[in-house]
Amino acid sequence: MIGRKEVEHVAWLARLELSEEEKDKFSQQLGRILEHAERIKSVDTSGVEPTSHVLPLKNVMRDDEVRPGLTQEEALSNAPRREGGYFVVPRIV
Amino acid sequence: MEPIYLLEAWKVREMLLRRELTPREVLQAVWERVREVEPRVNAYITETWDAAEEAVREAEKDWSQGKDPGPAAGLPMAVKDILCTRGIRTTCASLILENFVPVYDATVIERLKAAGLTMIGKANMDEFAMGSSTENSYFGPTRNPWDLGRVPGGSSGGSAAAVAAGEALWALGSDTGGSIRQPASFCGLVGMKPTYGRVSRYGLVAFASSLDQVGPITRCVKDCALLLQLICGHDPKDSTSLPEGVPDFLASLEGDVRGMRAGVPRELMGEGIAPGVKRIVVSCFEVLEDLGMKVEEVSLPHLDYALDAYYIIAPAEASSNLARYDGVRYGLRVEGEDVLDMYSRTRARGFGDEVKRRIMLGTYALSAGYYEAYYAQAQKIRTLIIGDFRRAFERCDVLVSPTSPTVAFRLGERLEDPLAMYMSDICTIPVNLAGLPAISVPCGLDQGLPVGFQIMGKLLDEVTVLRVAYALEQALGFRARPDSSKGVG
Repeated sequence: MIGRKEVEHVAWLARLELSEEEKDKFSQQLGRILEHAERIKSVDTSGVEPTSHVLPLKNVMRDDEVRPGLTQEEALSNAPRREGGYFVVPRIV
Repeated sequence: MEPIYLLEAWKVREMLLRRELTPREVLQAVWERVREVEPRVNAYITETWDAAEEAVREAEKDWSQGKDPGPAAGLPMAVKDILCTRGIRTTCASLILENFVPVYDATVIERLKAAGLTMIGKANMDEFAMGSSTENSYFGPTRNPWDLGRVPGGSSGGSAAAVAAGEALWALGSDTGGSIRQPASFCGLVGMKPTYGRVSRYGLVAFASSLDQVGPITRCVKDCALLLQLICGHDPKDSTSLPEGVPDFLASLEGDVRGMRAGVPRELMGEGIAPGVKRIVVSCFEVLEDLGMKVEEVSLPHLDYALDAYYIIAPAEASSNLARYDGVRYGLRVEGEDVLDMYSRTRARGFGDEVKRRIMLGTYALSAGYYEAYYAQAQKIRTLIIGDFRRAFERCDVLVSPTSPTVAFRLGERLEDPLAMYMSDICTIPVNLAGLPAISVPCGLDQGLPVGFQIMGKLLDEVTVLRVAYALEQALGFRARPDSSKGVG
């Protein structure tokens, strides 16, 4: 089990509104999954480098050439709300 | 003769080249089959009749002018609905993308279009590729054509079911922890995850970026080699795309396997493997030995931790990737009092249960106080797993195992128990963590349901993987189709 308070905190970090029922369910299910994952803590990893990526590729660059990109119309074509060439969002400040 | 819709793609291609069939006849045959079985199978989210019709028109025009329209022309293909298709909605099986219409094609789609792609539909999947049964779809579950009471596997279950049911000749899937190989195994098909970086991820909706790879689901190894050839290659639009040249996969099939060494990781043959599956897989070891290969047990001790490391790393990457679904630029929006309220409500309504679970898990593992204990530790275990593979491949040319510990399970059986669902990926996950290529080949039936044999290879060594797979397939001579007792005959 992970505590309800913790579930609420993580949900807030993830910008995810949860119902009361979901909070109960996730506190139980995430607890079980993490309990299983506890096993990884028993592995001695001192001196082992973490792997974030399997390829030796680094800082991949392209030539700085002008290429056709999306038009404004294309970029806005899936917007839930738009106005005068902008995405519309609720008031932020 | 078998109906056209059940033929291997390469055979249909030869018949097209000999003018024994026209692209229209092939499309018609597959289309009628879709009309017949789709209500029971639910392999597709969006059927793309217009796109297929247009492709066939183009192909027939080329034929009539004596030109070859390309190796994919007139061969109806199912495309997992995680690959962006210009002008055709791409949902990822999620309510949040229900009406999303991409303004560009994924690079694999662009490449296939140049080869004459005849796309017949966008295939069902687990939402955002998170799942092993295709039950986590906003558009309802796909059913296994072998037994309609069972799952087709996942997350590329729609792609696999379409090919097994005759609703497509071949398909594209994506594989983050087994999402091509496990459904191929459950549906009696060939499925391959190429080396990480072989196939462009541009236009593949991101789940876990360091693990995701696109690959073929087909009826035979030869079709797999043909389709792989068409999608591999460097793409400047994907910074994780490898610059290495692509070998001729088809030519590599016929080579000899005599003297090659196959290692059997002890950790993938343990208690969790169902007895019926184990028996069939072990009988395949004997077939490989008859072909002149040496089969020996090896140990990759850190594979015991692969599942746990994966279920930290993949959700962590997913929680970051899925932050983009915020109701601003595309997808669903649920209005709120302010912008934060809008984000939270949009995501609460738009994402399904499993996606929320993984976002929560990933966010937790990356949050202050837990990062080192979970995420960093999982990344270090990933390094140890890569080392285990490197050592095993000093002795062995390939590693072999079951693809899945069980045959296809029943619908609903694991839905309430996420951990039981995750266990079905135990044999497929390790190569994703290490970036290696692997294939699943159908090798027999247990209780009337298909069993898959997994062959894993060295980095960039798809050639050897395909060669062993082809030799095994030819030696087994195993061919089975669903019948109408429980499935779609």
